Amino acid sequence: MEARYFLSDMSVMLGRSMRHIFRSMDTIIKVALMPILFMLLFVYVFGGAIQSGTGNYVNYLLPGILLIAIASGIAYTAYRLFLDVQKGIFERFHSMPIAHSAVLWGHVLTSLVSNAISLVVIVLVALLMGFRSPAGILSWLAVIGILALFTLALTWIAAIAGLSAKTIDGASAFSFPLLFLPFISSAFVPTGTMPPAVRVFAENQPVTSIVDAIRALLSSQPVGHDIWIAIAWCVGIIAVAYVFAMRAYKRRVLSR
Amino acid sequence: MTDTAITTRNLRKSFRRTEVLKGVSFDVRRGEIFALLGSNGAGKTTTIKILATLMRPDSGTSSVSGFDVAKSPDKVRQSISLTGQFTAVDEMLTGRENLHMIARLRHLDNHGGIAEGLLERFGLTHAADRSAGTYSGGMKRRLDLAMSLVGKPSVIFLDEPTTGLDPEARLQVWEMVKDLAKGGTTVFLTTQHLEEAEALADRIAILHEGRIVADATLTELKKLFPPAKVEYVEKQPTLEEIFLHMTRKEASRKEMQ
Repeated sequence: MEARYFLSDMSVMLGRSMRHIFRSMDTIIKVALMPILFMLLFVYVFGGAIQSGTGNYVNYLLPGILLIAIASGIAYTAYRLFLDVQKGIFERFHSMPIAHSAVLWGHVLTSLVSNAISLVVIVLVALLMGFRSPAGILSWLAVIGILALFTLALTWIAAIAGLSAKTIDGASAFSFPLLFLPFISSAFVPTGTMPPAVRVFAENQPVTSIVDAIRALLSSQPVGHDIWIAIAWCVGIIAVAYVFAMRAYKRRVLSR
Repeated sequence: MTDTAITTRNLRKSFRRTEVLKGVSFDVRRGEIFALLGSNGAGKTTTIKILATLMRPDSGTSSVSGFDVAKSPDKVRQSISLTGQFTAVDEMLTGRENLHMIARLRHLDNHGGIAEGLLERFGLTHAADRSAGTYSGGMKRRLDLAMSLVGKPSVIFLDEPTTGLDPEARLQVWEMVKDLAKGGTTVFLTTQHLEEAEALADRIAILHEGRIVADATLTELKKLFPPAKVEYVEKQPTLEEIFLHMTRKEASRKEMQ
């Protein structure tokens, strides 16, 4: 029963929340707008003073900007999940003969798609601002893969927040610390000039390895083992967050 | 097939230290309207959640349409439909899309026909292409009920179906519930309004502090009390009657013009 209908049920769920997104385009604009403003600010205001060691600061900056966009985009996933729980829509689905995991996966896939749309918009703006990449198709695919993994990792964290929050503000407040992670990383400036304590944190938190891997891929530099560290971080976060999200789901929707 | 639609035996459920259900047992016959009457916190919603496969009891058994709720929840889900305390409609989707969605999730063919039929029956055809978020409370509740009827479930659970509705909308819901039962559907509803149970239910069970303290037809319940004493009391119209009278007069006056 569960397995037989999983795909068709999930496509209904996906269709449902994609409609939500296309009917509230302001959310996508909001998600894309802040990172674009950051990009303008960093390139045209701070950019001249920042010694990033590369000629083109937009090229240096873009990976971090993309991660910021994802970190703010997933707050909407938490928001949508919170509303579904609160309005009893999950209860309705759960009393129906459908594949129950499809309910959550629908939201997760929607998060992937909506974040992808925002990222495309941001990359287009970056192109206008002078972003250029010599990367070939394989490197681009690797970049897309890493970004998708990062989105999945943060989406499952968002799911925990959305399913366990008591208020609507609580459901989205968790994303603020996530937004700050790129600032304390190699996303905007090289970590070399940071004081030791900050530097140790910056160099060992997930964003730095992810940013470095994407930056190397986009500039056709050797990636080294950054990419494996990046992937390991994402997969690790996904595994842990998934378990907690499922637990929150069962507690909240099934009251068990 | 027996003629009992729902059976529960000795259901118990505690939340942390609070014992909400202390051994609840009752039977609901096929095709009847059964009202579970109780005040806030009496355990009505807990009972409905257990029967609708959303919650497991600590002990006790229950079956719906002949299927054990704990052992074969999927079979139960195929024969039931739940309308929760809050109207669970997707406010971003239109009325028609909401119905389509449920029809697809119930894996039915002919979504279009089903949706049109229900829109018509619940007087929502004119609003079918508006997003449900723009509906009035009564319209949302009607859409909610319509969504519960997709796929013709044989047992319908209504958790306080008229809470938050104005008198007019409440009467509409009552009419729909009666229609459902006429069509052979078993209706299990919870309410804290005595007059709602009185108006609708074939049988009434009173849930008080986690136990069923009475379970009978209205006539039987009335017999439990001393014989009615005939008194002459001036019949004052209730505020509800006045309200309905005035609003209907207003409506017909508008139609005349």
